[in-house]
Amino acid sequence: MDTAQEDATTLTEPKKTVTVSGSVALLEGLIAEGTDTIFGYPGGAIMPIYDAIYDYKDKLKHILVRHEQGGTHAGQGYARTSGKVGVVFATSGPGATNLVTGLADAQIDSTPMVCITGQVFAHLLGTDAFQETDVINITTPVTKWNYQITDATEIPSVLAKAFYIARSGRPGPVLIDITKNAQLQMFEYEGYTPCEHIRSYRPKPLVRKEYIEQAAALINSAKKPFVLFGQGVLLGSAEQEFKAFVEKSGIPSAWTILGAGAIPTDHPLNVGMLGMHGNYGPNVQTNACDVLIAIGMRFDDRVTGRLDKYAKQAKVVHLDIDPAEIDKNVKADVPVWGDCKETLPLLTALIEEKQHTEWLAEFRAFDKIEQETVIQKELNPETGEMTMGEVLNQLNELTKGDAVIVTDVGQHQMVACRYAKFNNTRSNITSGGLGTMGFGLPAAIGAKFGAPDKTVVAIIGDGGFQMTLQELGTIMQFGVDVKILILNNRFLGMVRQWQELFNEKRYSFVDITSPDFVKLADSYYIAGKRVEERADLAGALEEMLNHKGSYLLEVMVAKENNVFPMVPQGMSVSEIRLK
Amino acid sequence: MSNSNETELNGKQEFTITVYTENRIGILNRIAIIFSRRKINIESLNTSPSEIEHIHRFNILIHETEEVVRKLARQIEKQVEVLKVYYNTNEDIIWQEMALYKVPTDTIAERAPVERLLREFGARAVVIRKDYTVFETTGHREETDKLIEVLQPYGLIEFVRSARVAIIKDSDGFNRKLREFERREPGEDVIENEFLDKEKNVFSM
Repeated sequence: MDTAQEDATTLTEPKKTVTVSGSVALLEGLIAEGTDTIFGYPGGAIMPIYDAIYDYKDKLKHILVRHEQGGTHAGQGYARTSGKVGVVFATSGPGATNLVTGLADAQIDSTPMVCITGQVFAHLLGTDAFQETDVINITTPVTKWNYQITDATEIPSVLAKAFYIARSGRPGPVLIDITKNAQLQMFEYEGYTPCEHIRSYRPKPLVRKEYIEQAAALINSAKKPFVLFGQGVLLGSAEQEFKAFVEKSGIPSAWTILGAGAIPTDHPLNVGMLGMHGNYGPNVQTNACDVLIAIGMRFDDRVTGRLDKYAKQAKVVHLDIDPAEIDKNVKADVPVWGDCKETLPLLTALIEEKQHTEWLAEFRAFDKIEQETVIQKELNPETGEMTMGEVLNQLNELTKGDAVIVTDVGQHQMVACRYAKFNNTRSNITSGGLGTMGFGLPAAIGAKFGAPDKTVVAIIGDGGFQMTLQELGTIMQFGVDVKILILNNRFLGMVRQWQELFNEKRYSFVDITSPDFVKLADSYYIAGKRVEERADLAGALEEMLNHKGSYLLEVMVAKENNVFPMVPQGMSVSEIRLK
Repeated sequence: MSNSNETELNGKQEFTITVYTENRIGILNRIAIIFSRRKINIESLNTSPSEIEHIHRFNILIHETEEVVRKLARQIEKQVEVLKVYYNTNEDIIWQEMALYKVPTDTIAERAPVERLLREFGARAVVIRKDYTVFETTGHREETDKLIEVLQPYGLIEFVRSARVAIIKDSDGFNRKLREFERREPGEDVIENEFLDKEKNVFSM
């Protein structure tokens, strides 16, 4: 209690300090936080930091991206495969505004990131100086926290806070804007102290025992319980705890696209994917279960379909670390606030060991229907044009489910998430909430740095690839071993599908032409091949995977294929269409 | 103030949201965009230091349904620099707005029943000069509105009203906690830009 005396003694012994620039303090802080890779792009207002990093090349790997947006997606890919915080550098003005899409993507998909932007000199703020933009206010809605530093002495403590906020609780992106004078300013550096607590910030709500007990009672009395799991399981590193819960309870479990891989695809209790293009059984059974247990997911509208017809018959148990998610979209009968790494074992201890054989068989019966009406012809067509599904099927045969699959956004993304096999966690890297076309290629670069021992396959459509294809330059320069698999249907396929189904085939600006992707890769010294015949597909995929270094494989697939099943917008999950 | 008819129709009513925050640059914007993102109008906003050093108190008045207000409150509380959020209906709080009225002294002295006005509206004269007089009163919206109406015929020159400030009737718990916070872990001072207009003091290349 009486700290006055202690304070007095510490004051008499001043801490040892060294005189360093703000830029050096920043890099020292990054190293102390365990950063090994930075994705960035230099410019005028961040030059002092780039000057400092010149002497840190042995400790910090800096990957020069080709556009700052690519930097943020690479940071996201890195964070998602490694579980660490992605770090991105950009300069002021256009450099900083180019971060916005990646920040918004990281914010909605809860990806931990620290972005450092340079800013004009503090005395120039508000004068419309060259490359000045109000980055703090532009990024406020798309960051978990942001802060502008105008004095170098603030750098160590603000950086420590930034890392703590980015990675704790529900993770998210943080941006620090550092004026050029603060980067240059010499000051007495006392060393780096990580942040472990902020008094106004509660990363994890307190676990309430009564809710655990109520949840257990509901689960134990349930005849038809159903688990929905999301990225919260991965973010909480609670895969083992989750598996133990599912296996003891015997409850069929379905995943959101960001939850894929939390338990292996072929786990007997994994019944498939939720949502608009998810599997038949999980969608229909949502409206047949009696207890719905949502774990680390947020009932996105692409998962729930029409809310007033969503699981109305069921009691809902919602486990989430973010109290703002409870009752946001779906009312919870039992809100289990907390980190699922803590709450799941408490719940597992109270539930009875069960097998829901008949209930599980119902899911398998729906699977059979889906297999016969959709999956068979998608995965194993014998005639006609190639399908995206058969490419995924062949890929699974070769990777056996051990590759990291990065996708872009659109039809190929839904097909990849539906059919890719995942044995391991942190293997499905995709833009879920924001649906950012152009995410795939740069995210794959980051994913490879985050998981250097894994095979990384970037599955991208012909549209999305053209949004960020400049990152081929990054792949070339740093020899990033990513396998790029372009599924080319010569259309902006998902919009075309909607126009076919809902707009009487009025194909409005979805017809997209492409350059010769293989030649394009070649000009970046990246090996590649185009496949147009089914007979060549398996061999080409094998060649791609066995190739030393990056490789681009373009597969020409059916122009007008649709992704099914589909819950049309405004419809209930149980009104899912098989064709 | 009386929205009882409307309330029955769409479930919307006045809610006063009380937010305790760290005193940090930018927190006002972080809170404001939670409303503007959803196209919700802030009817009145007051922010000022609270009784505890480093901790600021916001009073935000909006007209919404309780369901929406509950979600807004959780989104606000989620902000890193927000300590606590409460939302209350008018029944739960004691509130006041303060208003200042500037009127020409001669008209008011000659024609207005000044003494009766002051007594009736609980107003007082803050400044009396030869050319103008400033009255002040506090009260609910309809009360301060009423005095505008009354003073209008006497040549009201200028009028200004503060935002709503509100005390929650049933609120002894959190104040203690806040004091405890500040005692154990004092807040940090705001660091402002020291360099505006001080070009000479800025390091440059």
